[in-house]
Amino acid sequence: MSSAPEPLHRALGLTDAELGDIRNVLGREPNHLELALYGVMWSEHCSYKSSRMHLRRLPTEAPHVLVGPGENAGVIDAGDGIAVAIRIESHNHPSAIEPYQGAATGVGGILRDVFTMGARPLCVMDPLFFGELTDARQRWLVEGVVSGISGYGNSVGVPTIGGELTFDDCYASNPLVNVLCAGALPTERLVLGVASGVGNLAVLLGSSTGRDGIGGVSVLASAGFAGDDGAASLDDAKRPSVQVGDPYEEKRLIEACLALLDGGYVVGIQDLGGAGIVCATSETAARGGVGMDVDVTAIPLREPRMVPYEIMTSESQERMLAIITPENWPAVAALCAKWEVRASVVGHVVEPVVRQDGTSVGMLRVRDGFDGEVLAEVPAKSLADEAPLYDRPRRRPADLDAIRADDPTDDEPVGSPNDDLLALLVDPAWVYRQYDSQLFLNTVVGPGRDAALLRLAGPGLPHSERGIAISTDSNPRWCALDPRAGTALTVAESAANLACVGATAKAVVNCLNFGNPEHPEVMWQLSESIDGMAEACNGLGLPVIGGNVSLYNESGGSDIDPTPVVGLLGVVDSLVAPPPGWNWREGDAVVLVGTRRAVGDQAHPLGGTRWATGRGRRGGRVPRFDAVTLAGAIDFVAAEIARVCAGGTSDVTAVHDVSGGGLAAALAEMVAVTGVGVDVVELTGHGELFSEFPGRFVMATSDVEAFSVRAGAAGVPVASLGVVGGGRLRIGTMVDLAVGDITVRRRGALEVALALD
Amino acid sequence: MTRIGVVVFPGSNCEYDAASGVTQLGAQAEFVWHSSTDLSGFDGIILPGGFAHGDYLRPGALARFSPVMEAVGRFAADGRPVLGICNGFQVLTEAGLLPGALQKNRGLTFLCQPTTLIVESTNSVLTSAATVGQELVIPINHFSGAYTCDDATLHQLEANGQVVLRYKDNPNGSRDDIAGVANVAGNVVGLMPHPERAMSTLLGSADGRVLLEGFVGAYVAVR
Repeated sequence: MSSAPEPLHRALGLTDAELGDIRNVLGREPNHLELALYGVMWSEHCSYKSSRMHLRRLPTEAPHVLVGPGENAGVIDAGDGIAVAIRIESHNHPSAIEPYQGAATGVGGILRDVFTMGARPLCVMDPLFFGELTDARQRWLVEGVVSGISGYGNSVGVPTIGGELTFDDCYASNPLVNVLCAGALPTERLVLGVASGVGNLAVLLGSSTGRDGIGGVSVLASAGFAGDDGAASLDDAKRPSVQVGDPYEEKRLIEACLALLDGGYVVGIQDLGGAGIVCATSETAARGGVGMDVDVTAIPLREPRMVPYEIMTSESQERMLAIITPENWPAVAALCAKWEVRASVVGHVVEPVVRQDGTSVGMLRVRDGFDGEVLAEVPAKSLADEAPLYDRPRRRPADLDAIRADDPTDDEPVGSPNDDLLALLVDPAWVYRQYDSQLFLNTVVGPGRDAALLRLAGPGLPHSERGIAISTDSNPRWCALDPRAGTALTVAESAANLACVGATAKAVVNCLNFGNPEHPEVMWQLSESIDGMAEACNGLGLPVIGGNVSLYNESGGSDIDPTPVVGLLGVVDSLVAPPPGWNWREGDAVVLVGTRRAVGDQAHPLGGTRWATGRGRRGGRVPRFDAVTLAGAIDFVAAEIARVCAGGTSDVTAVHDVSGGGLAAALAEMVAVTGVGVDVVELTGHGELFSEFPGRFVMATSDVEAFSVRAGAAGVPVASLGVVGGGRLRIGTMVDLAVGDITVRRRGALEVALALD
Repeated sequence: MTRIGVVVFPGSNCEYDAASGVTQLGAQAEFVWHSSTDLSGFDGIILPGGFAHGDYLRPGALARFSPVMEAVGRFAADGRPVLGICNGFQVLTEAGLLPGALQKNRGLTFLCQPTTLIVESTNSVLTSAATVGQELVIPINHFSGAYTCDDATLHQLEANGQVVLRYKDNPNGSRDDIAGVANVAGNVVGLMPHPERAMSTLLGSADGRVLLEGFVGAYVAVR
C-alpha cells in the first residue's frame, strides 16, 4: 500500500478547516509562502486559539493599569512617575530538548518583551518544574536549565531574583521552564508596538537571521511529544527548532534600544520572538491599521540559500523591529553603530488597501526587493488577530470523584513526623547562587524567601522611595484535584507571600501550563482554572495584566498536571529598611497569624500536600477559597511589615508564610536560617503539622501582648505557638530535632539529590 | 570634586552600580566609552564588572585590546588610582597591569553570595582607609574568580604586601585565599568581590564603603 504525501498545510500545522478559512480570507488559493505565514501565526502558541475565549473571563482593569493583556507586557503605574512592566512566558518544549539553550533563549525573549515597552529590565524570576531527581535525565535537565539561565541572565546584565523549584514525576518527560521579567520606565516614555505613519521605515535591529528556530511556535510549542519516553525520542527531529542565544548581542541590543527611545527616534517598536519577522511586521501593522511592505532581500542572513519562508519565520534570537521616520534614519544608524548593533531597513509602512465595499485593510506584502515581485500578500490583521477561535470540548475527568474520595486526611498513617519533616526540607540555594541576584543595587530581599523585594530604582528613573515585590507561585498538586479552587488558592498564596515583605498586591500575570487542549479533560481543567483565577482576582481586587498559555505539555498521550503559575506584582510605598524576614531572636514569642483551620469541612486537609504526595497519596480534596478570611490576614500582615519597611518601630522580628510542607516546614525553615531553635506547643495532630492552605503566617514578636491587641483590632486570629530559643525544634510530642540536623539536611538536600555531593 | 571615570565596554553591566558607589561618597562619576583614549581630568579610573565584549574567549582577553586600555596603562604608570572590580580585575590581569590570572571557580559554577574578606594590607588606594585584620562582608558574583599565579609571583606578592584582601572562607579556590591584589606602588588594585554592592544595610551590608572611601580619597594622596 502506498501512502500519499502529507498535504503542505498539514505539515505546517494547519487543519483542513483552517485552510478553508485562509481561502476565504484571501478569496483565492494561498501560495506556499502564504501558507507558511499562516502556519506559524495561527499556531496555538501565537494565536491562543484554544484559550482566548476563556481568558476573556479574567478581570483586567484597575485605575493603576496602564497596559493590560495583549501587548508585549502589562504595565502598571507604580507611583512617583514610574511605570512597571511585567511579563511571564514559558519555554517548556525547547528546554526539554536542549536545556541550556532552551532556558537561555527563554530569558532573552522575556527581556525583549519588557524593553519593547520602553522599560529597562530590572529582574527575572524562573519557576522550574522537573521530574524526580532519582532519574539521571532529570539531573541533566536541571543542571542544563539552571546553567542556561545563569549563563544568559548574568551575562546580559539582569538580576535573577527568585523563582520556584518543583519536582514531580508528571514533568519527567515535559519539564516546565517559565520565566518572568519586570522592568521600569518613566511613565511618560511608555511605547507600544504600533506601526504608523505611511512612509515610515521598519528597521530590523540586532542579529542576522539564520535557520535556527524555524517553526518553533508551531512544530515545537504547539504539539506534544509523541514518544512515550517523552522528549528523548523526538530530540533529533525537533532539535533544529530550538533557538540559540547570544547574551552579548542582547545586552548591546537592550542598550541601543533604550538609547533610541531616550533619543525619541522611535515611533513604535516590537520584539522578534515566536514566528520572527512575520509576527513582528504583521502585529505592528495590524495594531496601526496600516500595511507593510517587507523586502525579503534586505534582511541580513547568516546562512546561504535561505528561502523566503525560512527568512520570514525564523526565530533567530536577539532581534527587534523599530518603526522610525525616514529623517531619523541617520541618527538611528549612528547610535546602533556605537553599540555595534546591526540596523537594516527591511520594511516600509504603506497605505492600507481600500476594498470595493469602502473598508480599508492593511496588507502585509513580502517582496523580492522593495520594487520587486510580490511573493506573498495577505491582510496583516488576518495573521495577527483573526486566527480561528476554538471552543474545544470540555469534560470533567471521569475518575475525578474517585481521586477526590481517596483522601489521605483521615486514613494515611502518621509515621514519623521527625523523618517526614526532614524529607520535606530543600534549600534551593544551589540554584540561586548561580544567578546574579544583586545587579543594579536594588535587591533588598533576594531569592529563597517568601517574595523578592526590590528598590524601585534604576538608570534613568525618577527618584522614589518605593519598592516593588514579586512572587511566583503554583500548586499543581491542588490543581490536579480541583483546578478551580487550586488556582484560586494559588493566587491567595502569592498575595500572602507579598505580604511577608510588606507589599500590597497590584497586578497578576499568569503562565497557564496545561496538557493537550484536544483532550476534553485538559480543556475542562483550563476552563476551571481560569474561573478560579477570576474568582480570586475579583475577590482580592486584582487585575490580570498579561499572561501566556502553554498547551500541549504532554508526552506519550499523558498530560502534565494542570500548572497555572501566578506572578504577582506588589508595591511597598516606603522602603527605607529591610523587612524582618525569618530572623527571629532568642526569647521572641512565636505566633500563628490567620485562621487556624481551613475553610470547608476539613480542619486540616492533607489532600494535595507535599506530605501526602511524598507518600504516593495524590488524591483528596482541596480547601475552599474564601476571599474575606484570606484578605483580612494578608492585609494585616502586609501593613505590619510595611511599617518596618518604612522605618517605623515594631515588635515584629520575623514573618514567614505557611505553604509547601505546612506549618512544620515553615518553622523548620526559620530554624535552619537563624540557627536558633523553638519550643512549640502541641498541635492538632499531624494534620496541623503538614496541612497546606494559605492565609496563615508564622510571626515572631518581642511584645506578644501589643501584637495581639493590634491583630485583635484588625479582626485577625492569633494563636500562641511558643518561644524562640535553644538548640532544638520541638513541636509538642510530635517533633523533636536538633537545629544542626535540620540545617545540614536542608542545605544539602538538593546537592545530594543531584549527586554533586 | 573628585572625578572618577568608569570605563564602559560593550557588555559591561556594573557601570551604573560602580558610579553609584562613588557618587554616594561625594565623588563625581563619568562613563568613559571603551574607544576613548583620553583620560585627562580624571582623578581615578574604575573598570567595572560585567562581561566585556561578551567574554566569549576568556574574561578580559578581548577587552585588553580596547583603545581605552592604552590610556589606562599610561594613567596607571603616572601613579594615579586604578580600580578593577570583578571583570575589571580580570581585564587588568589580562592587560598585565596586575600580576596573576583568574580562572574558573573550583566548583565550576557561577557564584553569587556574600563573603567575608580580611584586610591584609592598607598599602593600596583601595584599602588605605581600612585597618589590617578588619573583616568586611562583601558579595562575590563571578564564574571565573579563582585567583592564580606562579610560585615566584606569589612570593613577590607576599613580600611586597601586594595581597590586599583575602577570603576568610575561600569560596572559589583562589590561591592562598587571595581576593584582591595591588601593584607594587599600590595605585592599581583589582578584586573579585563587589564593594559597590555593599554600600547600604538596606541591601545587606555597608562594609564596602570603607574600601571605596579609600579609593575616592586616594587622589589627594597621589597628588
